[in-house]
Amino acid sequence: MKYKSRFSKYVTWLVLFFFYLPMVVMTINSFNNSKYGITWKGFTLQWYIDMFNNPKILFTLMNSLIIGVTAMLVSMILGSLAAFCIHYYRTRLQLFHNNLILIQLGVPDILMGMSLLLFFISIHLKLGLLTIFFAHVTFCISYVTMVVLARLQNFDFSILEAAKDLGASWPVIIRKIILPLLSPGIIAGGLLAFTLSIDDFVITFFVTGPGSTTLPVYIYSMMKHGNPTVVNAISVFIFIATFILVFFTQKLTDTKKK
Amino acid sequence: MMNDFLIFENISKKFGKQQVINNVTFPVSKGEVFSLLGPSGCGKTTLLRICAGLEEPDNGRVILDGKDITDFSPNKRQVNTVFQNYALFPHMTVRDNIAFGPRTAGWNNKKIASEVHFFLELIQMSEHKNKYPHQLSGGQRQRIAIARALINRPLVLLLDEPLAALDLKLRQRMLIELDTIHDQIGTTFLFVTHDQSEAMSISDKIAVMNKGVIEQIGTPAQIYEAPTTSFVAAFIGDTNFFEGTVSEMINSEISRIAPSDFPEITVYNDKHLSIGTKVYLSIRPEKLNIAKTQPNTDKLINIFKGTVEDIIYLGSMTKFWVTTQNYKLSIIKQHSSFLLDEEPIRWKDEVWISWNPEHGYLLDQYAETDENLLTIPT
Repeated sequence: MKYKSRFSKYVTWLVLFFFYLPMVVMTINSFNNSKYGITWKGFTLQWYIDMFNNPKILFTLMNSLIIGVTAMLVSMILGSLAAFCIHYYRTRLQLFHNNLILIQLGVPDILMGMSLLLFFISIHLKLGLLTIFFAHVTFCISYVTMVVLARLQNFDFSILEAAKDLGASWPVIIRKIILPLLSPGIIAGGLLAFTLSIDDFVITFFVTGPGSTTLPVYIYSMMKHGNPTVVNAISVFIFIATFILVFFTQKLTDTKKK
Repeated sequence: MMNDFLIFENISKKFGKQQVINNVTFPVSKGEVFSLLGPSGCGKTTLLRICAGLEEPDNGRVILDGKDITDFSPNKRQVNTVFQNYALFPHMTVRDNIAFGPRTAGWNNKKIASEVHFFLELIQMSEHKNKYPHQLSGGQRQRIAIARALINRPLVLLLDEPLAALDLKLRQRMLIELDTIHDQIGTTFLFVTHDQSEAMSISDKIAVMNKGVIEQIGTPAQIYEAPTTSFVAAFIGDTNFFEGTVSEMINSEISRIAPSDFPEITVYNDKHLSIGTKVYLSIRPEKLNIAKTQPNTDKLINIFKGTVEDIIYLGSMTKFWVTTQNYKLSIIKQHSSFLLDEEPIRWKDEVWISWNPEHGYLLDQYAETDENLLTIPT
């Protein structure tokens, strides 16, 4: 691609530089044989070894993954259904429904965390993985709904009539027409939900209970009380995992033609 | 009524407060191309959707091949639709689009393959079978939509403005192709259109609809030559209207009428309307003769003198607007001989207009608003 003006080129490089410089610093520091990483004191793999030897990290990572995957799957289903209803039925109720879902995107996390905590306490639900899961589903639904709604904007509903006309029943229409056409949106929404769930700290912090610490919450406590250098190693790992995930998402949505 | 294959019986439908279809009844015979023709909002598409099962009538029944299908869901009816925007499945290839119906119906793979092959050949799209709809042109998509519907061997094929999205040349070609396909498959076609020339050229029968009712049903020639209402006369081509009362019976079939502000006109009165009856006369522009010299006088021929107001040259014909008395008459002259050899009729020329009594037609019904449908230059 050619740029007419060099300005846009420089700005692009600057933006990328500011985005990725911290990650470069973090990656270098994860190999730095210094406890606080202010000066370079030689190469080491010690922090990576520490990371793999810390069972607590693996345990909290498992918690994060369990919640991330389940919250993703449930919000994919609920969010897609919500989007379909909002788009298809356009009644006053559905407009209200749409606004409720939109509002969630704007509500501060801290408010959401507090209100969820109060809610769980008032219904006597024991804080733990289940409450974190519920909390994550509530905010993940909004993102999935938004992504699927965007996809529905270009959805030609007359093809549903055409399918019906050609003899298809609703189950067949859902399986052969609606799901294949909406799946890029549903998957994209799901992945977005997954990444949001995996790195959520504020809301999780409020609704977590004993034995259900997730990785972000644990990293926070490590920063305060433990060894911050191990955090660098974990972050590099998460960064690589995210990169691979994004790479495959791109590939997936590229091959799916509209 | 052995021949009545598809029957609409007392169909009514309201959308909110608006009566879209008002107690419509008509039969369609097996194997014919039946057109529902009318302006937008006349209820023709709703009628088609009722037949497809995509809309439920408030009243009335739809009977197909002796069975009442009014309450059948769309996927249980032996009718298939070609939608206005084609509604092809964007994520399926041409072949998968066409095979959708048969696969849903659970045909065996061998039969599906051979039928898909047959229809791809029929619509001449074999080489495009692995393409996706977005890679095709409008005309090609149109043909896929037709094949996708026809492969299910429907008893009736419903076509909802199938050519509206195509440009003029392509529309004419597709019309011929549709006709060819109909000849080969022989399925009954129910064709919805707002374009009178489309309906005229393809139909065995036309039902002209206006404001939720059928104004007239007949063959294209009947509709054109003998319109029963002013709406039909004005919607199907141009015409000249005269309003008057029967003033004299010349013989059993020829009468004279006296329009309110025009000299008496001799008309063909095959309906034997008696003296004093109010009548409305419609005469098609091409039935009128225009000449610079006075034609031979016969007592029965109508001859009037007028002034040319407007001339539109259209190649194969020329349209004239001539004022005679206070009437503006529309006249079409076909050019059967080489035009440049004749002495041309010019603007403001004095001309003679003449026509035979049997070239006019007396309408049963007249509404003043229908005159707005006529294109008269001002």
